[in-house]
Amino acid sequence: MVGRDAIGRVFGPYHGTVDRNRLRYFAQVTGETRPEYLDAEVARAAGWRDIPAPPTYTFCLQMLDTIEPLDWAVAIGVDMPRALHGDQLFTYHQPICAGDRLSFILTIVDVFEKKGGALTFIVTRTSARDHSDQLVAELDQTLVVRNR
Amino acid sequence: MTPEIWTPGAEVARVRSKPLDRTALALYAGASGDHNPIHIDLDAAREAGLGDVIGHGMFAMALLSRALTEAVDQRAIRSFGTRFLHPIQVGDVLECVATVVSLEDVDGDPVATVSLTASTLTGEPRLAGQALVSLGNGMKI
Repeated sequence: MVGRDAIGRVFGPYHGTVDRNRLRYFAQVTGETRPEYLDAEVARAAGWRDIPAPPTYTFCLQMLDTIEPLDWAVAIGVDMPRALHGDQLFTYHQPICAGDRLSFILTIVDVFEKKGGALTFIVTRTSARDHSDQLVAELDQTLVVRNR
Repeated sequence: MTPEIWTPGAEVARVRSKPLDRTALALYAGASGDHNPIHIDLDAAREAGLGDVIGHGMFAMALLSRALTEAVDQRAIRSFGTRFLHPIQVGDVLECVATVVSLEDVDGDPVATVSLTASTLTGEPRLAGQALVSLGNGMKI
């Protein structure tokens, strides 16, 4: 069981590099057809620096380039096979494109129980910054753990 | 898509996904870096008390995001969030709909609140989300 003493713990930085070919693969898997997500020339003509990372991609980036991307969850005692994603919010500050190198820092914002302790909710906030330490996006996540 | 149709109640995009199959779940695991076996390995799913593998919530959110990128240039999106109401399952076809809820002026920028829903073709809700979209710049015409 995850306790409220986890609140305030900070994990990271995790690092990830946005790769053009990985972005193309992601676009194909998710059925994205707009050409700027597939072709760097089209993207540049539309004013992007390179192929843009789609709206949910920053979530993936940390997982793709980190050997143990969920070490924070394990460290606070989340039984991962019993965890479900409850909600997810992205707040965008700067465009993210192929070639960008981002770093992520995750903070445990809240931990609370519902249904008499049957469910534990874990709320995290991750800040994503670029190579010049500028904030590019924030990711707010709620994990729900079904306790035994 | 022209800004004139961005009025409360207007549907600004509707995107239908391909039927979700196990291959897509495996490919998404590779594309996203989320290798949790409950999405790709039936044995692991059963071990976790599930009848079958379930789709990644973030895969469903990526499919839902296509209703947004269909309607606007991504640079116009200020925020995008969703609740995961029910896991997506093998066989699901997601109908993703973006509807304008309200418009307001934020520091001189017209901003639309957009409701985003993903449901199966039989009307079972999977995701219920919301986005804030800036209508001042970056609108796709």
